[in-house]
Amino acid sequence: MPQQRKAETYCLHGITIAILAAILIIAKAPIAVANDETWQDIRASLYGSDRVIHDGEGVIKLDAPDRALDAATVPISVTAEMEQTEEHYIRAVTLVIDENPAPVVGTFHLFPGNGIANISTRVRVNAYTNIRAIAETSDGELYMAQKFVKASGGCSAPASKDHDLAMARLGKMRLKQIGAWRKGEPAEGQFMISHPNYSGMQIDQVTQLWIPARYVRSIELTLGDKPILRFEGDISMSENPMVRFFVRPDAEAELHAKVVDSDEKTFEQSWPIELDPAS
Amino acid sequence: MEMREKGRGDLKEAPSFHPIASSPVQIPRRAFLCTAAVFAATAFTKTAGSIAAEAHLPFIEIADGVFVRYGVQEEMSAANCGAIANIGFIVGDESVAVIDTGTTLQQGAALREAVASVTSRPVSHLIATHVHPDHCFGHAAFSDLPVHSIGHRNLPRALAERGPFYLKRLAEISPDFSDTAYVAPEETVSDTMRIDLGNRPLLLKAWPPAHTDNDLTVFDERTGLLWAADLLFAGRLPTLDGSLTGWLAALDVLLSPDVRQVVPGHGQVSDGVETLQEELAYLTRLRDGVRAAIDEGLDMSATLARLEDDNQLDWLLYDTNHGRNVVAAYTELEWE
Ligand SMILES: [Zn+2]
Repeated sequence: MPQQRKAETYCLHGITIAILAAILIIAKAPIAVANDETWQDIRASLYGSDRVIHDGEGVIKLDAPDRALDAATVPISVTAEMEQTEEHYIRAVTLVIDENPAPVVGTFHLFPGNGIANISTRVRVNAYTNIRAIAETSDGELYMAQKFVKASGGCSAPASKDHDLAMARLGKMRLKQIGAWRKGEPAEGQFMISHPNYSGMQIDQVTQLWIPARYVRSIELTLGDKPILRFEGDISMSENPMVRFFVRPDAEAELHAKVVDSDEKTFEQSWPIELDPAS
Repeated sequence: MEMREKGRGDLKEAPSFHPIASSPVQIPRRAFLCTAAVFAATAFTKTAGSIAAEAHLPFIEIADGVFVRYGVQEEMSAANCGAIANIGFIVGDESVAVIDTGTTLQQGAALREAVASVTSRPVSHLIATHVHPDHCFGHAAFSDLPVHSIGHRNLPRALAERGPFYLKRLAEISPDFSDTAYVAPEETVSDTMRIDLGNRPLLLKAWPPAHTDNDLTVFDERTGLLWAADLLFAGRLPTLDGSLTGWLAALDVLLSPDVRQVVPGHGQVSDGVETLQEELAYLTRLRDGVRAAIDEGLDMSATLARLEDDNQLDWLLYDTNHGRNVVAAYTELEWE
């Protein structure tokens, strides 16, 4: 049906034009200028003003929804477009949300042995904002991908939906192997910890009562004696911090997680991993 | 969440996350008036002297001594004055219980006027069905009265946590909403509470987490009327802000045999049976779809993509709320 195919093509053209138009509008809007000033400040504090940040094309890609459905839980993922080798690899990915009160979500430190440097997680988004992923490669170069996200949380307040359960479950951890894991091949896993990752909040202007901040400060994952990732973070990570990562298992071993929160409380757990016997 | 006193020193660690509102859609005034015209005859229409015309939607006597102001089935906006939820009051032989007060101080004041136009009996009880601003942010209109202000055990905490965020959102929707404040209940219900308005006992029931973690319903024994508030949505897509599995469990027992009439939080009053079936079907399918996706290892984005247009039927405001429900369901069910 060539006729129909043609219609589809037109349709795609339409979308492309719409996207281009949208980009132009965003580029012209004053908010983009404001964002850039915000970013320049964040950038200077993260990397100093003299380090060059290259366009991320060919190194990393950032995916986030155009519009956040729930501002407290916005899924974002960073895809590495280069292979992790001992000679040249992404050693850190830093996530930044320009307009958040604490713009730096955190840094994921990565290692060459795991094959693929993809990371996905969930973050809080405070406003219409640019989200950025900055990769630092093993040769010390910086590469950035970015995405403009509209938060439209409506009345979804950034608080626990089931408060008693959240507190009762604090510190509980889960590890999930995504798909079959085979010896010597990069495999995807998901780690999560039940934790309010709470920004702290004044709850009464008169009595000055506070719910104190309590958030996950670091996550360290290892497989046997091999490091998988180390995350250092802040309050912009969503409640119940979650990270998807890649690992290349050499043999059956225990995957170990160590999490430290801002109250200096440490949570640790190990799981034996299952390897597909076909490998 | 534990609360303790802290000094100003923590201020920098205490930002609130508040998404900026997308510019509110201006509903054409004419369309709105059409909606309002549907309302029935026993209406106590007030002349509106301000932009808050919609704060003065009619109160309709839907059962003997039970008055409801239907909210419009829209998202909150400046044009509809945030009057989107069903609010009202019940008149006893001696006094009146107000059940929810709407989104703004003006709506609360309009409710107070409506009570006064029906009866000279005083308001003795001010009941909040849950934390959402479209339900209980008109409470301040009753602050000068010696009333029993009642809510769920978890309501004070929820208001403290979310109240400032909601006020910011309201101020963003319209500057006319900025004089609105929230008021925490002085008496709370952990399980059930019986109150009496004079030969008119009401049974208040605090639910385990369902629509929110602070849902309260009111049962009027005289008429067999259940004020279900947002445990039940009629016509408008239910929004999940508590516990999906908890809500499903609540629906199993919501319509006890003595319930003859139900006031949902949004949409038409009815015997509740069909409304409940529709909501049950939506929430069950949401649970099953999200559970299956999690079992298959799909992440949140892939789950959203799969279920984006699922389960739609004829729900109003599906596009604005379904995706958020999927996110809420996902973050709950991934811990099963
Ligand atoms: Zn509600």
